[in-house]
Amino acid sequence: MRFYFFLFLTALTALCRANVITLCPSCEINDFAKAIQSAAPFDTILVKPGTYASINTIINKPLTVIGEHYPIIDGQQKDEVITVLADHVSLIGLDIRNTNLGSLKDYAGIRIFKSHYTQVFRCHLRNVYFGIYISDASHTTVKDNVTIGADYAGSDRGNGIHLWKCDSILIEGNRINNHRDGIYFEFSKHCTITNNLSANNIRYGLHFMFSDYNTYIRNTFRNNGTGVAVMYTDYVQMYDNVFEDNWGDAAYGLLLKDINSSIIVGNTFRNNTIAVTMEGSSRMRFENNDFIKNGYGLKIMANCESDTFRRNNFTGNTFDAATNGVLVNNLFAYNYWDKYEGYDLNRDKIGDVPYKPVSLYSMIIEQMPYAVILLRSFLVDLLDRAEKNIPGIMPDTFQDATPVMTIIKR
Amino acid sequence: MLKIAKYVVYDILRSKVLIAYTLFLLLISFSLFGLESDPSKSLVSLMSVIMIIVPLVSIIFSTTYFYNAYEFIELLVAQPISRNSILLGEYFGVAVSLVVGLLVGVGIPIAYYAPTATGFVLLLSGIALTLSFASLAFFASVVTRDKAKGIGVALMMWFYFSVIYDALVLAVLFAFNDYPLDKAVIGMASLNPIDLGRIMILLKIDISALMGFTGAVYKQFFGKSFGMIYTIGVMLLWILLPLLASVRIFRKKNL
Amino acid sequence: MIEVKNLRKSFGKLEVLKDVNAFFESGQAVIIIGPNGSGKTTLIKTILGMVVADKGEVIFNGKNIVNDFHYRKDIGYMPQIGRYPENMKIGQIVSMMKDLRKHNTDVDEELLHQYDLPSMYGKSMRTLSGGTRQKVSAALAFLFHPKVLILDEPTAGLDPLASEILKAKILKSKQEGRLILVTSHIMSEVEEMGDKLMYLFEGKINFYKTIPELKFETGEDRLGKAIAKIMKEKLHA
Repeated sequence: MRFYFFLFLTALTALCRANVITLCPSCEINDFAKAIQSAAPFDTILVKPGTYASINTIINKPLTVIGEHYPIIDGQQKDEVITVLADHVSLIGLDIRNTNLGSLKDYAGIRIFKSHYTQVFRCHLRNVYFGIYISDASHTTVKDNVTIGADYAGSDRGNGIHLWKCDSILIEGNRINNHRDGIYFEFSKHCTITNNLSANNIRYGLHFMFSDYNTYIRNTFRNNGTGVAVMYTDYVQMYDNVFEDNWGDAAYGLLLKDINSSIIVGNTFRNNTIAVTMEGSSRMRFENNDFIKNGYGLKIMANCESDTFRRNNFTGNTFDAATNGVLVNNLFAYNYWDKYEGYDLNRDKIGDVPYKPVSLYSMIIEQMPYAVILLRSFLVDLLDRAEKNIPGIMPDTFQDATPVMTIIKR
Repeated sequence: MLKIAKYVVYDILRSKVLIAYTLFLLLISFSLFGLESDPSKSLVSLMSVIMIIVPLVSIIFSTTYFYNAYEFIELLVAQPISRNSILLGEYFGVAVSLVVGLLVGVGIPIAYYAPTATGFVLLLSGIALTLSFASLAFFASVVTRDKAKGIGVALMMWFYFSVIYDALVLAVLFAFNDYPLDKAVIGMASLNPIDLGRIMILLKIDISALMGFTGAVYKQFFGKSFGMIYTIGVMLLWILLPLLASVRIFRKKNL
Repeated sequence: MIEVKNLRKSFGKLEVLKDVNAFFESGQAVIIIGPNGSGKTTLIKTILGMVVADKGEVIFNGKNIVNDFHYRKDIGYMPQIGRYPENMKIGQIVSMMKDLRKHNTDVDEELLHQYDLPSMYGKSMRTLSGGTRQKVSAALAFLFHPKVLILDEPTAGLDPLASEILKAKILKSKQEGRLILVTSHIMSEVEEMGDKLMYLFEGKINFYKTIPELKFETGEDRLGKAIAKIMKEKLHA
């Protein structure tokens, strides 16, 4: 406690000592780069409304840059717009525009490199290649920003918020649109990603690899080209996120590839081609998720094991589940399946016969994809009904022995 | 022609069969919508029922009606009325009655519970199937003279289009699984009005599942305006061709 | 009025009409007789356009009937067994026929009234006896003042009183200058109504003569005997 108080005092004195430099088009200081150059460490630069050119302005000392009514910081499509190379930099309320759009370099609206305790608040980034590019940084806060990818010809776009080898980053309340991947992580740990909206990106809403111990809470990933794909990572926690409207040729709500020992709880998967697809993912816990109106609810490859699925709701999905082989040692229990046709004689609200979520027809499609044209035909209906009465065709390992009779209220 | 159709409609509306059909559809529709809180899900179940019941009732009812009206047709043939008018009049009478039954039995529940594009397409497919199976029924009726045989042919047609055809498609897919079959499958689907009707609805309901995998190919084809026009065009052929064939045969038929 | 030329018709392998030629004049009643299966009904139906001939033609009022249907507005047809939409009532049938033939005014309702059908207009066709149906058929055949009447076994199934009414109507129509084609088995009727007699046998016209001609040629006074005699001669010839 005493330590924190000391820290607070130090900060306060620092603040008192700092100067405020005002930048406006008609002021003595009317150039963004010069303002940064002339500032002393821990100064505050107040940017008045107006348009300021900024061809890769480098911030190499701790500064606070505050925009009033979103002044435009214009990169004029020449280079990056702002690069932060120092710790304790705060960028607040800026309207950052027009990075170079070539793909020779990963041009970013804001680049943060080897910086600690930097903050980006309430900034707007538009017509940018990458939005906010953070590498080799820690304890960065990226909050309440909006980044919209450049709308130029071709599909060559950068990522919205890009993390490379970072630690303890907070990404909160941002809106990310029109980029390649909305949020991209590689080799980044202990991050919290919460309340973001990542939508209409041409590839993934969220994409990470080799990024353990991150937590994702209450984010929405909507209508991204191929949904959300995460790979080669352990100890992920995903709570109360929404994955919706990701449809297309190979779109997923959530693709898990070699993700292990992770927790996926309270999420909603709605209107996705495939809500969740899992490859080589083991020791996963799926609880209290809602799978609503997806083409497939779960697609689990046979190389997944020791996964548990409990108390999830499956409603309105064309296929509740599919697999490409025999599943080993996965547990399905107490889920609600709207296609369950069993009975509950002892009235314990749990069906007396197991539910098998994989239908014969979904197995056929797995082998012969063109057969999807027969979906919902009388023949397929007959096949699936026949299969229910001829046990043995379908794997017994993929079943919920205790399906609940009524939808689980959240 | 329209006068004859008018009398046929009067005649059918007074028979109990059409009323029973309408009530049956009403019962199914309302119970499917009533038991399920999500109307789009009920539409899926309703589709399954409609794809079986509507072609079956349409073809059997039309065939039976044609044979029961045989003497009346004889009477008309001796009047100064062209044979085309007689057959088309009979057809439109039967078709309009069946469509009215469908509109009341399925259209009203859809308008009440699910007045969506999907509901509309479902109703449209139902109407198209009614018209095309009535058309097939007339074809079966003019090529056979015997009532029992005619109904047998009609039943076979229904069974063929509902089950056998799709089984053949599945067999073809199985045999040529390693080849690119998208065009072939679209072609095969065109040769069955029930498949076409189903695909029209699927593109509205199961769009996401269809889009995964090769579904994208179908979606690309059927989902575009060309595909829609193609589907409607082929559906019209399925209505018109059997009807025109029966008109041609009926023109030379001895009564 | 009606001319048939080289008419041929087969159903499958069965040849029903073998080169039939005949001319039917207005103001006459022609009775077509012959054993069952001799082609009487097929001939009638060919004239009506209900059966399409394989070869030959039917000329009605100077015009070939092929692909034509308008000529039938001049024909009243009474089928052997008249069947109608079962759910309709007599009155509805009558008004429907008027509607279908677009002939509402100036109709000949004499038979309708003589058979007292208007009092039964509310009865549904399903409930009618065979006789009453025949009355309906007869009344409909005469309804539109047709120039030609084609009656297939008209008196079969009618009670004697109804038969007499119909015969009287036929005679009256003949006097009005219409052509009447009747198939029948009953010799007394033939003699009462007929002007000419056509005998069909196995698809061919065996003879087609006026009744006085027949009686004169055979020297028989009774028509039945005259016919029998002619048949015998043909057989020996």
